[in-house]
Amino acid sequence: MVAQKITIEPVTRIEGHAKITIRMNENGTVNHAYLHINEFRGFEKFCEGRLVFEMPQITPRICGICPVSHHLAAAKAADAVYGCPPPRPATLLRDLMHMGQVIQSHGMHFFELAGPDLLLGFDADPAVRNVIGMIAANPELTIKAVELRKWGQEIISILGTRRIHPRFAVPGGVNKTLTAAERDTILSGLQASIATIQTGLQIFKQWAEQHSEDIAKFAVLTSGYFGLVTEQNGLELYDGQIRLVNSQGAQLEKFPGEHYLDYIAEHVEDWSYLKFPYYKKMGWPNGVYRVGPLGRLNASSHIDTPLANAELQNWRAINNGKPVENTLYYHYARLIETLFATERVSVLLDDPDILSTDIINTHHEFKGEGVGVLEAPRGTLFHHYWAKPNGQLERVNLIVATGHNNWAMSEAVDSVAKTYITGPQITEGLLNRVEAAVRAHDPCLSCSTHAIGQMPMQVEMFDAHGNLLQRVERG
Amino acid sequence: MAKPKIASDWMAGCAGCHMSLLDIDERIIKIAELADIRATPITDLKEPDESGVDVGILEGGVNNTSNEEVAHRMRKRCKLLVAFGDCAVFGGVPALRNFFTLEESLRRAYVETESTDAEGKIPQDPELCKPTRVRAPQDVVPVDLFVPGCPPDPEVIYYVLSELAQGRKPVLEGDKLHWH
Repeated sequence: MVAQKITIEPVTRIEGHAKITIRMNENGTVNHAYLHINEFRGFEKFCEGRLVFEMPQITPRICGICPVSHHLAAAKAADAVYGCPPPRPATLLRDLMHMGQVIQSHGMHFFELAGPDLLLGFDADPAVRNVIGMIAANPELTIKAVELRKWGQEIISILGTRRIHPRFAVPGGVNKTLTAAERDTILSGLQASIATIQTGLQIFKQWAEQHSEDIAKFAVLTSGYFGLVTEQNGLELYDGQIRLVNSQGAQLEKFPGEHYLDYIAEHVEDWSYLKFPYYKKMGWPNGVYRVGPLGRLNASSHIDTPLANAELQNWRAINNGKPVENTLYYHYARLIETLFATERVSVLLDDPDILSTDIINTHHEFKGEGVGVLEAPRGTLFHHYWAKPNGQLERVNLIVATGHNNWAMSEAVDSVAKTYITGPQITEGLLNRVEAAVRAHDPCLSCSTHAIGQMPMQVEMFDAHGNLLQRVERG
Repeated sequence: MAKPKIASDWMAGCAGCHMSLLDIDERIIKIAELADIRATPITDLKEPDESGVDVGILEGGVNNTSNEEVAHRMRKRCKLLVAFGDCAVFGGVPALRNFFTLEESLRRAYVETESTDAEGKIPQDPELCKPTRVRAPQDVVPVDLFVPGCPPDPEVIYYVLSELAQGRKPVLEGDKLHWH
């Protein structure tokens, strides 16, 4: 048998474009599978010459799924460039908007994207394995899921006028206060949202019980874990320090985000437009780590809100207190974080400063350089700007959330291919497994690219002379 | 009468227009009743039916060879092509790249950026598409309807979809062209 190459293309329905190639050995086993991120836009170059205060409006156009992350990371970097730290109420309001985004993004991913797999089954007919199939199969739950996303989006809209690409954060603070009536509107949706997330947790746990074998052999990877934490190492999404732990959970580093260049670097491969960040001291590829919900829960010791912290105890039990390595547990971690974000909304709205009108610091001490860091839904996001005294940008460096998981996604694809492909026969089941390996990470490949729904696929296998041997389509 | 078939795809954009489509919230159920939703980023079908669809919707501009293929395929397979959102109407924010050469943009991203290590290089692989000048879809294929906005307002999207789903071509004027 001759060596072959299998191409899965398009791995679309992720924001931006990706494809998978599987290189086969002559004996029909998998040599290596690659995830190619197939898009380049060039924000780091074309933002040069723009004004710093424009960045909270320009950079959300990197990603319409988590635009608030870029909006706020840009504002934090701009605060630092202009030397104008925001007053406490402004920080609370930005945090509140951020929680709205975590809720809408995580909620949508679990219920509307991963949900069809979990509720309808990996092997359900692809023609109905989608959100519209969900409406037919479980209208009540689907409507609740739509309402959860809507509640998160409404928090964003109340503060920033619109749900997508809001206008709210400015250097030194925010441009709008929260009124008591608006606070009450948000609060009125709190209990229903918690109930929906609890339902999601039940669905996941039930699914996990029935699929323990899949979970155990599906892309179990050893890596470091990386995310923001509070001073006491609690889970943190908006501010705080970065904590990196090793695969056993031992702390390797804890550092302020603005010093990121001392700790992480990015590797480039010829076969992908997405770079591969790693921990500098251990080098590439030994210093790889994972971010996002799984990375954050593994990098933190506790959660400061009661319901989410109680759920975290169950999480900790999965691997006897050590970091959870199974890729499919990303879904569980995502729900625990959604619960945290919802409880955090309540904490923020109860804060006496939340209705304050002290929302902007107009005193500037121009620094010319600034880093903005926060936890986007999919992982740690860095914006780093260098500007001239007139505010014009000279250089821009961005490390986006999904980038940190580039190694993990590539490795998961390779691992799943090697686990499930043992001969030349390609099945629909394989396609769905490979797809799920990417989808579990909820990648944002335009942020660097984002899974929206199932990824339709086409797999073609050619022999060494380019003759089509087999073609499998899902769609 | 058979329900109109609607398909969509995205190219060089941010997915925000499709997110704004989801922002019609529970009215998505109404649209799913009126129209036959085919290949889109939120359903499970692979690509627009080879037998054709009534309406094709494209988000994003065209900034590489892969997007060119997506635009041509959609044009070939749909009766009415909709440019959905500012990037699809005129290129949008990603078109700022046209102020620089491709070489400059690629070098900044993969070689010069402060976090890129000393082995940085511009990715080059037969499996990767080639970046091009950023264009609006109408510079590549004929477009029949333009829905501006960054992203278009969910109310406008609902109007456009419900008209299309009932076999009518929506008229965008006045308030419907004003996004905020």
